[in-house]
Amino acid sequence: MQMPVANAAIVARRAAIVARLRQAVPDAVIDDPAETRAYECDALSAYRCPPLAVVLPADTAQVATVLRICHEEGVPVVPRGAGTSLAGGAMPTADAVVIGLSRMTALLQVDLTDRLIRVQAGRTNLSVTQAVEGQGFFYAPDPSSQLACAIGGNIAMNSGGAHCLKYGVTTNNLLGVTLVLMDGSVVELGGPMGEAPGLDLLGVVCGSEGQLGIVTEATLRILPRPAGARPALIAFDSSETAGACVAAIIRAGILPVAIEFMDRPCIRATEAFANAGYPDCEALLIVEVEGTAPEIDEQMALIRQIAQGFAPLEFRESRSEDESRRIWLGRKSAFGAMGQINDYMCLDGTIPVSALPQVLGGIAELSRRFGLDVANVFHAGDGNMHPLILYDANAPGELQRCEDMGAEILKLCVRVGGCLTGEHGVGVEKRELMTEQFSDIDLEAQMRVKDVFDHAWLLNPAKVFPLAISAPRRQGTADAA
Amino acid sequence: MRPETEAELAQIIRETRVPLSVTGGGSRLRPDEGQGQRLETTGLSGVVLYEPAALTVVVRAGTLLQDLQQILASEGQMLAFEPDLRPGSTIGGVAASNSSGPRRVLVGACRDAMLGVRFVDGRGQVISNGGRVMKNVTGYDLVKLMAGSRGTLGVLSEIALRTAPLPPCAVTLALPGLDAAAALPALTAALSGPFDVSGAGWLPDAGVLLRLEGLPVSVRERRRALTDRLAPFGSLIESDAALWPRLVPRMAQGDLWRVICRPSEAPALLAHLPQVLAMDWGGALIWADLPAGQAPDLPPWSGHATRVTGDHAMTLPATAPLVARLNDSLRRRFDPRALFQGGA
Ligand SMILES: Cc1cc2nc3c(=O)[nH]c(=O)nc-3n(C[C@H](O)[C@H](O)[C@H](O)COP(=O)(O)OP(=O)(O)OC[C@H]3O[C@@H](n4cnc5c(N)ncnc54)[C@H](O)[C@@H]3O)c2cc1C
Repeated sequence: MQMPVANAAIVARRAAIVARLRQAVPDAVIDDPAETRAYECDALSAYRCPPLAVVLPADTAQVATVLRICHEEGVPVVPRGAGTSLAGGAMPTADAVVIGLSRMTALLQVDLTDRLIRVQAGRTNLSVTQAVEGQGFFYAPDPSSQLACAIGGNIAMNSGGAHCLKYGVTTNNLLGVTLVLMDGSVVELGGPMGEAPGLDLLGVVCGSEGQLGIVTEATLRILPRPAGARPALIAFDSSETAGACVAAIIRAGILPVAIEFMDRPCIRATEAFANAGYPDCEALLIVEVEGTAPEIDEQMALIRQIAQGFAPLEFRESRSEDESRRIWLGRKSAFGAMGQINDYMCLDGTIPVSALPQVLGGIAELSRRFGLDVANVFHAGDGNMHPLILYDANAPGELQRCEDMGAEILKLCVRVGGCLTGEHGVGVEKRELMTEQFSDIDLEAQMRVKDVFDHAWLLNPAKVFPLAISAPRRQGTADAA
Repeated sequence: MRPETEAELAQIIRETRVPLSVTGGGSRLRPDEGQGQRLETTGLSGVVLYEPAALTVVVRAGTLLQDLQQILASEGQMLAFEPDLRPGSTIGGVAASNSSGPRRVLVGACRDAMLGVRFVDGRGQVISNGGRVMKNVTGYDLVKLMAGSRGTLGVLSEIALRTAPLPPCAVTLALPGLDAAAALPALTAALSGPFDVSGAGWLPDAGVLLRLEGLPVSVRERRRALTDRLAPFGSLIESDAALWPRLVPRMAQGDLWRVICRPSEAPALLAHLPQVLAMDWGGALIWADLPAGQAPDLPPWSGHATRVTGDHAMTLPATAPLVARLNDSLRRRFDPRALFQGGA
């Protein structure tokens, strides 16, 4: 993976830039190499680079001050939430200042009449729900990293979670943001219902991977907590049958809050690790429905009836809190479990559910061709796949082989009508694959949006767009058109 | 002009020397819009791809909304959002105006159901963004930018949308006799519990209107719980589903205004809006009839008000200068010759 060469002139001015930042925000600047190490990479830890400096501002005004200085100095800036990005979205370059939001965790407003909460953007996803659950509400997007990841990172990546089949992803639950532009100006986007006159700027900022501005505060929609929830585990003797069952459930008009899928390699690894008591089968589904007990009974009866048509090896409907916990336990430990037995690379392609059998077949074929095992776990209801490619990081050349195979799988997803990333984002990781999904004209249209928000291309550069395509803009040699 | 293909559409835009007014069915035009040469999209019609099991449909922008709804209904489905139905309107017009009816309180707006778009910008280039899968964070979300852009960035040629199962059972409930201000706490109570209310509005003659949809047992359960919860406001009676379209008034004696606010701000606004025709979205949307040509005198609030009928367009309060600048620059980037700016 290639990163642009750091601007030597900026690196040479490091001391002066740090001094200027420190004068403006005295207790917020970190430049000791031992301390900036922690900001060398995000959760895509295979790639790392120490930044020029790190600033940890306390509020919007400080973020604006720091950005204004960086803008004047021509220094690139990398925004950072909790650093859990799996796409290298928060990875710095040697000439960049990292602005971390870890000190900005304040709860600013809870309004139950308007069903919203306003927080500083460094606050963790889980703590947003924790702030309102006592009053019977929750914040719906629930990425698996919710204990650690920050709302600002969620907004930048438009993160989703297991329950997004019913509740949508971040963009569907975001009402407004305070955004600081690269030149230090502050703007409020959104409004009641997330709606503002003119263009939907909030909609385009969400998912822009920290390239349009730094989100310092966010207004989020909160929802009343459902009366209850119950999962069922359904085991099958083939992945195809499991896939067909997913389609049949959706087709029948039932909309569960979650439908999760695991295949045999994944089940085996998870069992060895978490001991959730999963059945011995080729593939399994976890289907969760919500409501009061009679409502859940009604939905479960329908799901059971549909599943019977696919001759499942087992239909295990939870009858207690403990059983529910155990059904989810395996799924929730899947990534950790795989990490215990092997190095792995987690992909994040999305496909139309109808293409599931074809894609699973294609992945198996690629697995043979590249000689690397794959375990599949994914959000089946919405076609968001997480194939985990297993490799040995110490074996020479295996990481490269793994990356090549990952690229082939993602191309396959695009070929069947899907996309490169369903929730993790493009970052540096999938940047060069963008041309598989978009024409140059499509990419040019997206880059025009960045031109408007950040004309000098200083915010989180070298992410999202293929390096060759973004080079004229990053180097300031593009036409003003 | 009425192109039949996307290529023809692109050619027209590349070659035009005069400003264009993009229209679908022309059913959602606002004051000052539609002044340029008409460019009708109704020739670009038809379903490109429909996968009921994936809950997605891809449709050309000029397709009549009613035709699309019929096709979906034949598979037991509907659009995943609720457009307000206007005779002759096209799905492109619905998307370009982000037109979202009562179900918005539960499932979100039109923009939330839009998965992908193809459009021709002011340079005559065909641009594709998003896709046809439910989760997609590949690149910037220009789909949202196009939703509600009212034809000022380009002409939509194709839209991928989320569909949803048609609810097997639906019931409209009412609390009659409440005036607008008294309706607000009842609406808030209905939306603050686990009742999955899919419509929460108010009409002067019908009072509070609530809708429950889903499987039969579930609707019955939620109705019982909701009745208990709303007991302090009166007794919830069964009402008529035909009332819902009236939550989107189309005409006023003077000018029709659409006011967006937080429900907690609504009481203060209501005090300044003598003629309220309807409220929707739990009080976040107020439709008011105001004397023609006159701007309402409203206290400061977090939303905005738009005049949707009458002689001239008007939005209150004035857009913040920086936001206005971002809007203008984006429009200039996508439409450098200002072909589509007639309505903006
Ligand atoms: C174990 C694990 C499980 C995960 N599960 C999921 C999952 O289920 N669903 C999912 O969607 N993702 C998941 N992720 C990915 C990751 O957690 C999300 O992308 C998350 O939103 C990143 O948040 P963060 O605060 O850590 O952001 P960071 O990693 O710090 O940054 C991510 C991106 O956002 C930008 N950014 C951060 N803060 C701001 C801000 N305030 N303003 C502007 N830009 C900003 C950064 O520049 C970067 O581009 C998982 C990650 C891990 C490690």
